[in-house]
Amino acid sequence: MVDISSPPTAAGAGFADSQARAEWRTVLRRFLRHRAAVAGFAMFVLLLLFAFVGPFVWTASLDAGGTAKVAPSPGHPFGTDRIGHDMLASVISGTRLSLQIALVVALVATVLGVVLGAVSGYLRGWVDGVISRVIDLMLCIPALVVTAVLARHSFTLAPSAQNASNWLTVALILALFTSWFPIARTMRGMVLSLREKEFVEAARALGASTSRIVFRHILPNTVDVIIVNATVTVAQAVLLESALSFIGLGVHRPDASLGLLINENKNELATLPWLFWFPFVFIVLISLSVNFMGDGLRDAFDPRQKRVRA
Amino acid sequence: MLRYIVRRVLVAIPLLIVASILTFALTTAMGDPLAEWKTLRARTPAEVTSEYHRIGWDRSPPERYLDWAGGFVKGDWGATISPGSGTLDVRGEIGRALGVTLQLVIVAEVLALLIGMAVGALGAVRQYSWFDYGATGAAFVMFSMPLFCVAVILKFGGIQLNNWLESLGLGRWIITAGPPQGGFSGGFGQLLYEYSGAFILPVLSLIAIQFALFSRYQRASMLDALNADYVRTARAKGLSSGRVVIRHALRNGLIPVVTVFALDLSLLIGGAVITETVFGWRGMGALIVDAITKREPWMVQGWMMVTAIVIIAFNLIADLVYAYLDPRIRLG
Repeated sequence: MVDISSPPTAAGAGFADSQARAEWRTVLRRFLRHRAAVAGFAMFVLLLLFAFVGPFVWTASLDAGGTAKVAPSPGHPFGTDRIGHDMLASVISGTRLSLQIALVVALVATVLGVVLGAVSGYLRGWVDGVISRVIDLMLCIPALVVTAVLARHSFTLAPSAQNASNWLTVALILALFTSWFPIARTMRGMVLSLREKEFVEAARALGASTSRIVFRHILPNTVDVIIVNATVTVAQAVLLESALSFIGLGVHRPDASLGLLINENKNELATLPWLFWFPFVFIVLISLSVNFMGDGLRDAFDPRQKRVRA
Repeated sequence: MLRYIVRRVLVAIPLLIVASILTFALTTAMGDPLAEWKTLRARTPAEVTSEYHRIGWDRSPPERYLDWAGGFVKGDWGATISPGSGTLDVRGEIGRALGVTLQLVIVAEVLALLIGMAVGALGAVRQYSWFDYGATGAAFVMFSMPLFCVAVILKFGGIQLNNWLESLGLGRWIITAGPPQGGFSGGFGQLLYEYSGAFILPVLSLIAIQFALFSRYQRASMLDALNADYVRTARAKGLSSGRVVIRHALRNGLIPVVTVFALDLSLLIGGAVITETVFGWRGMGALIVDAITKREPWMVQGWMMVTAIVIIAFNLIADLVYAYLDPRIRLG
């Protein structure tokens, strides 16, 4: 037997490695040339800083009881509401909570969607049947309503000590009942076509195990779609969470999400306009920055796209 | 074709049964429908027992489910059970609410589809022009705005507009309390005035979210069509560019978009929930929010079933339309 283990493999590995790095560099370069995407990314970083470092800089209390109905001024840059919540502190906390929820939703939904979609596309048969029927089922019940019903069960009753903070529950409900099936559907379709490709057949002929084929050969080819889907999920989760809080079935005090702040202040638009506009602007900024990033990533990953948009 | 439709309908039946069981589990998990009633004032044990008996809660959940399912199939969808406020027939209420919501959704959907298609197609034809950038930017902003904010802002704008109209000595045009109730009194002008005043804001809010979606889809599919070989052939043949765009590219570019609206019906229903809450329409949205808040199991159950049937039906229609428009697609 010829020993093919040491030098050629090392060279081959090195070659593949530089190929892989070059691809990522191309993607990065395309992304950086997409001006809206870079602006979106910068905005998103600023929002993260605002939400997570903000509380250390702006140390005003989150509790009610300050002077009420103060217009934006040096003492209260975003003013105060009807019962004396400092709005800057509320908006910081709201942005943090909305981002936390969105990131948890995106993470859980992406992992769940990718795993279930890949399994169902790769194994086919009854596993695929079951997963696909579950997705069909979820798709015929409106997400907002399912989450509202669940929210009614778990926490809208007078907040007691045990469930004082409910943002994680809201996030998990959103992830489990609304966000994973679009990703799973897309993944299933991609894996169904990838598993028939020659390189997968070659890997199988070489004796690669199922998990190696799935994780080393199939999943890396779907990374672009996964990343783009994840960003879209972040934007959707922000909006869905705020809609839920708006109809009074989502996050509640002491947690203050941006949707909750708008719900509390929706009737003050004529009299105390800043109470509405500040949280509104921050919701739009989060969602807009994530959407721009997603769009930039889609263009950056798409090899057919020759001209990169401004 | 007929075989395909029959098969899809048959597949939908077990789906609906599972959906109804899931919904039942969800509504059961909402908790005790009498929780609030019991805390309102002290109730004697006898009162509590008879009240639970009245709403049928002295039986086990499976019994209640089978009872409901039997009634549902025969057309008896149950009634509301909240103590004190009288009982409402679930089917009657849903029928009424569905009528209200359909008026709103159909008008909004048709307008959004037309505007979205026009803007998307134009953006694709003039790719990277100012119009394209403007439309893309507008779509992104609308994508990123929560619907309820759009609705709240529009409502505020409507009130300002009303005040302004009043100061000019013209009555208050915008109505934010549901569709006009009265019959056909007054002339056509009066009717148009009343209906437009009631519809304009909720319709605009729904258009805002749907327009962004449709125009993006239309732009992408129109770009695909414009870059297709048959368009190059048409150009090479020497057809005028207007004819190429309209007869060859647009006709094919419209196909995917026609079917998108059915796929996002669930989004639209969520949108209607929000819009109706803000503008005071007593439609499906208000009905479900109310039913969830009051923990009305049969109302939630009936609502979910009707919605699921509508969504399944629209998906089927979308597939049929798609196959009809694009002969390359085979149903089977």
